[in-house]
Amino acid sequence: MSQGWSLYIAILSIVNILAFLWLLWWTAKKRPGDRAESDTTGHVWDEDITELNRPMPRWWLNLFYLTVAFAFAYLAYYPGLGSFAGSSRWTSAGEHDAAVAAAEAKIAPVFAAFRSKPIGELARDPEALRLGRSLFANHCATCHGSDARGAKGYPNLTDADWLWGGDPDTVLATILDGRQAAMPAMAGAPGETGVAAAAVYVQKLSGQPVDDALASKGQAHFQTICAACHGPEGKGNPMLGAPNLTDDVWLYGGDFATLTATIGNGRNGQMPAHRTLLGEDRVRLAAAWVLGQSASTAASGAH
Amino acid sequence: MSTLPETYNDKVIRQFATMTVIWGVVGMLVGVFIAAQLYWPALNFDIPWLSYGRLRPLHTNAVIFAFGGSGLFATSYYCVQRTCHARLFSDKLAAFTFWGWQLVIVLAAITLPLGLTQGKEYAELEWPIDLLITAVWVAYAVVFFGTLARRKIRHIFVANWFFAAYIITIALLHIFNNLSLPVTLGKSYSVYTGAVDAMVQWWYGHNAVGFFLTTAFLGMMYYFVPKQAGRPVYSYRLSVVHFWALISIYMWAGPHHLLYTALPDWVQSLGMVFSLILLAPSWGGMINGMMTLSGAWEKLRTDPILKFMIVALSFYGMSTFEGPMMSIKTVNALSHYTDWTVGHVHSGALGWVAMITIGSIYSLLPRVLGLKEMYSTRLIEQHFWVHTIGVVFYIASMWIAGVTQGLMWRATNDDGTLTYTFVESLVATYPYYLGRLLGGVLCLSGMLLMLYNTLKTLQLAKAPAAVAVPAPAHA
Repeated sequence: MSQGWSLYIAILSIVNILAFLWLLWWTAKKRPGDRAESDTTGHVWDEDITELNRPMPRWWLNLFYLTVAFAFAYLAYYPGLGSFAGSSRWTSAGEHDAAVAAAEAKIAPVFAAFRSKPIGELARDPEALRLGRSLFANHCATCHGSDARGAKGYPNLTDADWLWGGDPDTVLATILDGRQAAMPAMAGAPGETGVAAAAVYVQKLSGQPVDDALASKGQAHFQTICAACHGPEGKGNPMLGAPNLTDDVWLYGGDFATLTATIGNGRNGQMPAHRTLLGEDRVRLAAAWVLGQSASTAASGAH
Repeated sequence: MSTLPETYNDKVIRQFATMTVIWGVVGMLVGVFIAAQLYWPALNFDIPWLSYGRLRPLHTNAVIFAFGGSGLFATSYYCVQRTCHARLFSDKLAAFTFWGWQLVIVLAAITLPLGLTQGKEYAELEWPIDLLITAVWVAYAVVFFGTLARRKIRHIFVANWFFAAYIITIALLHIFNNLSLPVTLGKSYSVYTGAVDAMVQWWYGHNAVGFFLTTAFLGMMYYFVPKQAGRPVYSYRLSVVHFWALISIYMWAGPHHLLYTALPDWVQSLGMVFSLILLAPSWGGMINGMMTLSGAWEKLRTDPILKFMIVALSFYGMSTFEGPMMSIKTVNALSHYTDWTVGHVHSGALGWVAMITIGSIYSLLPRVLGLKEMYSTRLIEQHFWVHTIGVVFYIASMWIAGVTQGLMWRATNDDGTLTYTFVESLVATYPYYLGRLLGGVLCLSGMLLMLYNTLKTLQLAKAPAAVAVPAPAHA
């Protein structure tokens, strides 16, 4: 803010306050020859409307003065009058940083206590799981659901199927630095009928009953354009986040319509990075909780 | 040369007063419907035109500008003629303001459900309608100030200062907030961007509250309270001071809608400080209104119109205390974005604005119809109780819901995570949405009583005779 604008704001604010203070004083002042307080001002409108010449209530005037005194004190202490920072030098950004630092100082040791333990071990530690669960509820549940079972486009984290790999270090890396899946749009290459044929072949890979003639047409397309990422047998590649197409687990859906949309228009699944947002100590606990879910489901034999 | 004695133009007032009642029913009906949607979301029937996001602006526009606006046109035209002892400046322009304003309302009722919106709260209407509003408003100003210029009493009555300030300021606010680049007939882009856009919008938004919903209705109060009570205005000095303080301070208070946002710190501070100073000037109007009734307290037993007015003033005093408190940053941190704000707005809108309007229309209608009183005073009494109980239900529900939300959203565990997910706070406040709905239904039933009473009163007065302008009295 330039000096000129700053002065403009400061002067306008103060003049406004002083102007009505003067009006208060001027109106409250008693003058010789004033009409009596019980008298009217002498004007009559619409035959019977008149006004009394009563003084302003004392308590109301005091309330007014009190708020003005507060205003001056506040504007001297806090920023308000243009670029004048106020004697406290307070800023909202500074208050935020201080609050975060204070909270962090209190909370960080809680999480740091688990720093030395491997994630696999944390996944069996009830205290670590309790913390991991609330972290998950705050930061992950928005997409993956509060039960971690995911939704269309958001992977189910409770099964044994992993897009990018399910060992503790890989899960940790996924949460810390995020993932960007890139299934390109293929509509241009094999054409509309080619996409449909490829979709039918993918259905066949996962064991769905299909038209074999159409599927074998699709197989040719699959081998030239899909196999590069999903592998010649369609088993996928966790290095690229390319899903296994031979099982019954679907991120977007395994029906014909969804598959043609996926192949034709592509998909761009994105997992945001949490390294700067949460820090490694917290992420390890969240990862442990996720692994714990997957492990307990696997142990109970559920799919 | 002998001329016929000058008469008042009461036709436009009868039109506006009748439409006030009709739009009141319509606006509150939409409000009740969307309150029901919040309790039973299936009530949008998967029809885009009935979705909450489109009907909510229809509700706010209908109650503020259709119901409140028509009420203000009716009462300001009535007051300015009676207190200037002069006929309206131009009958044709006055008729234009009536038909123009009704057209604006109809266009709003069509375009908002279609999803045509500028996305600015209380300024949703797209640019062609904004231009029509501007034309109507200029005509309104010409009629009002033209009538003031023709006054037979030199001293301008206090109610007219308030009406005048409202007409000038709303023109200024409307024009500057709606400056935009039209792209098609139904789409435009604001000329402001980012934090500036937000600031201009809430400079407008808060002063729409300050000048439309406060200053103008104080004008209504300053005429109809002394008239109905048959008592002098309590203090002329108080009215001078609180008028000038109110209109100069309100202009600064907008930033309190944007505390803890990207708005620069200094703007937030100024907004908060001026909002606090606003307490005394706001209360000036309440004191003047209530004290005008003192000495006529016994009339409250028999006159339900005065009951409407005194309770309106009480809600006015309460919400103008609540407002400055909510603008304090630490309180705002709890109250902002919660239903507390919704409750605050409705204690102002249903408590103050609606009740002073309803009282004034009950007082005005028989006068412009050549009758002594409304068709049924008993129905007015019933309307008063139904409405008052409705408002209490509404705001109490929203207070509880709002504070619950604020506390649940900010609660954290020892590990720094949030204690509650958002949906848990929704579950906790769900029952109070039913309480709010009940309050709304009560207020709407009251308006239906008023509609019936109004129609019956209109039937009683087949062809009201024009009222001659009396010579000014000399005290």
